[in-house]
Amino acid sequence: MTTPSLPGSATLSRDAGGARLALSGDWTLLHYMELQARANELAGTVGNDVKVDLHAVGAMDTSGAFVIAELLGSQRTQALSQDESLPPARRALLKTVGDAIDTYCKGVKKPRDAGFVVLLERIGKAMGSFWKQTLKLLAFIGITLQGFASTALRPKHWRVTAVVAQIEQTGLDAVPILALLSFMVGAVVAFLGSTALASYGASIFTVDLIGFAFLREFGVLLTAILLAGRTASAFTAQIGSMKAREEIDAIRTLGLDPVELLVLPRVLALLVSLPLLTFIAMIAGIVGGGVVCLAVLKMSPSMFLSMLQEDMSLTQFLVGMAKAPVFAFMIGVIGCMEGFKVSGSAQSVGEHTTSAVVQSIFVVILLDALAALFYMEMGW
Amino acid sequence: MNAQTVAAPARETVIEVRGLINRFGTQTVHENLDLDVYRGEIIGIVGGSGTGKSVLLRTIIGLVRPIAGEVRVFGENLLSLSDERRSQVERRFGVLFQSGALFSSLTVAENIALPLIEHAGLPRMDATRLAGVKLALAGLPVDAGRKYPSELSGGMIKRAALARALALDPEILFLDEPTAGLDPISAAAFDSLIVTLRNALGLTVFLVTHDLDTLYSTCDRVAVLSQKRVLAAAPIDEVARTDDPWVQAYFNGPRGRAATFAAHKGKD
Repeated sequence: MTTPSLPGSATLSRDAGGARLALSGDWTLLHYMELQARANELAGTVGNDVKVDLHAVGAMDTSGAFVIAELLGSQRTQALSQDESLPPARRALLKTVGDAIDTYCKGVKKPRDAGFVVLLERIGKAMGSFWKQTLKLLAFIGITLQGFASTALRPKHWRVTAVVAQIEQTGLDAVPILALLSFMVGAVVAFLGSTALASYGASIFTVDLIGFAFLREFGVLLTAILLAGRTASAFTAQIGSMKAREEIDAIRTLGLDPVELLVLPRVLALLVSLPLLTFIAMIAGIVGGGVVCLAVLKMSPSMFLSMLQEDMSLTQFLVGMAKAPVFAFMIGVIGCMEGFKVSGSAQSVGEHTTSAVVQSIFVVILLDALAALFYMEMGW
Repeated sequence: MNAQTVAAPARETVIEVRGLINRFGTQTVHENLDLDVYRGEIIGIVGGSGTGKSVLLRTIIGLVRPIAGEVRVFGENLLSLSDERRSQVERRFGVLFQSGALFSSLTVAENIALPLIEHAGLPRMDATRLAGVKLALAGLPVDAGRKYPSELSGGMIKRAALARALALDPEILFLDEPTAGLDPISAAAFDSLIVTLRNALGLTVFLVTHDLDTLYSTCDRVAVLSQKRVLAAAPIDEVARTDDPWVQAYFNGPRGRAATFAAHKGKD
């Protein structure tokens, strides 16, 4: 601190007595880069017979000792640490660092070069993990169904309180945001419809567009996507933080079944609340569209309703509603499964929460597309 | 840096606490607490639960702002320094937190390399190599560096956290209950590691502990926190003779007697 510290230097000289390596200055972390550069220069030239002189060295810390030990190799570092003419503290430092390098640093491997092979490797790994992920999902679906089957006939094991609490959280609490969202999407669809159909003079069929869109697709899809973001993530975070704090293990050691305790109430709650929310979304969407029809197309409310009643069959409603329980089951299962996959850290909880949302939205849209194909072939 | 001053008097004070008062709400933790720590010693801080051992440590490293009193580390009052100057002083001490406080999103090697990259400005390659040496110094195999903290056992976490505390070659090492939660064998190994490192690196060690074996096997001096102040600060045999009910219960209780016996047997 008192005197400015000079970077360490090393001079290699040869005289009658043989080669001599004289070190001086401060060998500390502060000058690490310079020391390392100098050591690299000398690396090839320091033979085994070189006498090493450390007496002119100022300060030395573990970083400096590491550079010296690496330059000299383990044998001469050990020899140097036996040198009685050096201060004991310095010898101890050299010995400790030398030992540390000897004992533990042998296993260090150079990192491999990145390149085409690494790319292929990563693609392979990604495919492998996708396959594993699918298997795990199928396995977890199986476990959940088994849980339902085994508790269905034993009313003692029904967790009514937990289910009701979950229905409140996943269903009731989501009503305002879902109704608002569907209302606005309904209005947007009506605007689009009235503009596009106006050029054919058919803007009256905006009513049918809204009806078809919300009963068949948008009602259930909007609800499922909203719940995938809102509820699947909550399930993962709840179960994941329990997993991280070993609470799941505690449940197991108490002889209880975590699937029965944590998964079934959540999935069951979603199975109840998602169809109900879907219905609300359908109504809100149609109302949103209706408001636009009344305001822009100057339709009367009774005309809007009678058109809707004439053109929409019950089938449209049932076709849309039939998808709700399937989506509910998948969202609940994926949310819970990702929670169980959490390991240890806080980071892991975050990763799996993200993964739960992405996966459940993906699965929802995939199933919706398959359902659309199926309905088309069936002529529903 | 300190090599030039090695010839200075043996009892250079590196930490100086004067008239420290810490209070949380209405509960006073420290009342006019004085403590000196000298360069190169291992000082153990003991006291019952809730006597403010950890608070004292956190006050010294500047994480807790005291109500009154002065704390000087290397002769500087941390809380009155500019941010930049404070950061410079902070680099001269390393802290091992009770549960390790390793960053869970980084591997062990990255944890240790972080201060080297941020403060010493080393390129990542060199920092990682040096991190390997620090790991080895702390007694961990190099392949532990590629693991994440959640994959390590309790003892390995302590060692990895110690390696990170040693990353910038600090002059003072603060250890908060380093052997808590370790099995007796790992704890003993950790004790001897601390003594070895102190001797090799010339560290000053500030050790908060409950572990009587650690006190006997490592500490040069022991400071007892009781009645909101430092009741005694002296070599352990002297402290054990202090006429205070807590000290007597601590050192002469069944565990205390066993540790004393073991320590004296070890010396014979």
